Amino acid sequence: MSARSRPWRWTARGLGALGLSGRTLVVAVPMLWLLLFFLVPFFVLGRISLAEPILARPPYTPLFERGPDGALVILANLENYRLLWADTLYRNAYLSSIRIAAVSTVFALLIGYPIAYYIARAPEPRRTILLLLVILPFWTSFLLRVYAWMGFLQREGLINSALLGLGLIDAPLVMMQTTFAVQLGIVYTYLPFMILPLYANLTKIDDAFFEASADLGAAPVVTFLTVTLPLSLPGIIAGCMLVFIPAIGEYVIPALLGGPDTLMIGRVLWDEFFSARDWTMASAVAIVMLVLVVAPVMWLQSWLDRRGLNG
Amino acid sequence: MRQTAPLAADTRPWRDAGATPFLRIQGVGKAFGMFTAVDDVTLDIHRGELFCLLGASGCGKSTLLRMLAGFETPSAGRILLDGQDMSAVPPHRRPTNMMFQSYALFPHMTVERNVMYGLLREGLGRAAARERAREMLRLVKLDGFGARKPHQLSGGQRQRVALARALVKQPKLLLLDEPLGALDKKLREETQFELVRIQETLGTTFIVVTHDQEEAMTIATRIGIMRDGRIVQVGEPREIYEAPDTRFVADFIGSVNLFEGRVDVAAGDGMRVVTQDLGPVTLRHVPGLTAGQTVWVALRPERLALGHSEPDTPNRFRALVEDVGYMGQLSVYRLRLPGGRLVQATLSSRAMDDAPISWDDEVWVSFAPAAGRVLTQ
Repeated sequence: MSARSRPWRWTARGLGALGLSGRTLVVAVPMLWLLLFFLVPFFVLGRISLAEPILARPPYTPLFERGPDGALVILANLENYRLLWADTLYRNAYLSSIRIAAVSTVFALLIGYPIAYYIARAPEPRRTILLLLVILPFWTSFLLRVYAWMGFLQREGLINSALLGLGLIDAPLVMMQTTFAVQLGIVYTYLPFMILPLYANLTKIDDAFFEASADLGAAPVVTFLTVTLPLSLPGIIAGCMLVFIPAIGEYVIPALLGGPDTLMIGRVLWDEFFSARDWTMASAVAIVMLVLVVAPVMWLQSWLDRRGLNG
Repeated sequence: MRQTAPLAADTRPWRDAGATPFLRIQGVGKAFGMFTAVDDVTLDIHRGELFCLLGASGCGKSTLLRMLAGFETPSAGRILLDGQDMSAVPPHRRPTNMMFQSYALFPHMTVERNVMYGLLREGLGRAAARERAREMLRLVKLDGFGARKPHQLSGGQRQRVALARALVKQPKLLLLDEPLGALDKKLREETQFELVRIQETLGTTFIVVTHDQEEAMTIATRIGIMRDGRIVQVGEPREIYEAPDTRFVADFIGSVNLFEGRVDVAAGDGMRVVTQDLGPVTLRHVPGLTAGQTVWVALRPERLALGHSEPDTPNRFRALVEDVGYMGQLSVYRLRLPGGRLVQATLSSRAMDDAPISWDDEVWVSFAPAAGRVLTQ
């Protein structure tokens, strides 16, 4: 830091003249990214959701129109949103998505927490290997891995053959095309997203807290419940959000592993868009899903801040 | 130092050979792989002591403390507390409590909940635990802070919460790992006396680990000096300072001028040591020395006298004042002997009022035969 090179100083001075500091610049890059790939598409979707479907290209009505007297008229109607609320199909799809995502998240947490805890407590060389193993599945295609599960879960799949062979069951279990298969697929796919933030959080906790708890007379189980668990809450919340949010909108897993009665909003969205070619309704579905996801995230973040547990 | 006034003998049980020690550390060692952190330590500590384990970082003092708390298992030896072998007792069942260097206050609990934590673990009711916690917070002068979270406190306040939390269970033994290490100098000095006050109020046995020799001298009843996993000397602060056993201890505690030499004649109640830098010096007789033996003469800076006129004592030398450091109540002089060796002397600044000594003065340095301590190792 002591010897800053000349080009750097010139650059800094030039930016300073434009009223920009290095800090603004660094923050600007992710801000620009969010603006281009989140905020702009969001408004485009919002605008489409307020239009009416027509047989044209693009298949929705324009937002502005010249009236007979030449004045500009804004054409917007909330019919799609009213329908979302009124039609039980959509409501059930949302509720079912939330239920499936929530159950999957809980199981991912129950499986992921002990794994993350074990890795965080492992001595150094082993820890790196274990972390690598957690990330390893990402090296093969996600689609391929979900297909692999079909091989396991089918009527004549590996699990049924093994159970039949061992004589544990008389008839093959129906696992494919069930909600259970969808939840299994989600838990399997998103488990690393649960483990990694939990691991990052657990390694950050000073061992002295656990020692202090033991020193004050807490048995290991009590230490876990009163110290480890509360201190890892930010990791639990981060992991749960990373699993829950993509799981709500999941399309591929229910399409491959789910059955006709596995209703998820991702599928409804796909059908509206590609089968019904109703872009306006599909946009409204997407907007409501986004609001449903973002609102609890923001609430949780502010709750963590208030508890002084963030950062 | 704490024991300047004579105390009744019964308040210093370590002086009584017949007294039963409260904590006995017997031949305890700890190895981590190839590294020996603690090596065959045997130590007796008495009830109500404030014992300081003093040493540089990496000397094994913290490992020894962690073995007392139960966080490490000794590789050798055993630890007896109040007659009970602690070896197989896990930390959460030991009657000891520890104050951590980082304080380790639970960040998700209020100050009061932190202090109550240990009491709730022993099954005390919530109301009774709250009452005891408040009492303890009062003792450490933190009433009214119970509802705060640790991150809302200053460093000094956090230190006191950690102390309260460790003391509230009334442990048989309180272990303190660098309890004042995180405080700034001024606060540390104030807190030293506060710690002693609390220890005396409760009568709990304290074992303090520190690397700060001044802190150990101020608060300890006895000090154990550690080096390379071993205890090299145990004694009261005054004993350690005035009668160090080795050059290491003499140099570790305070400043010292060391002169290597050979025993010349050991006769009558005095003896002569011929040193390389000072020539022959006369010292008080030390039994057990033989003529020709290599010894070191340790002279504390404050035991040296300086003057412009030649003093009437056998041990006097000419020296050139090279540097004077005025430190308020004391002045530190760096003196160059004719042979080139530097010697340090400390004098009260007031003593110099009449005949000031300044840079480049030729002065007489002298010391009494009783001022020098002869060390053999």
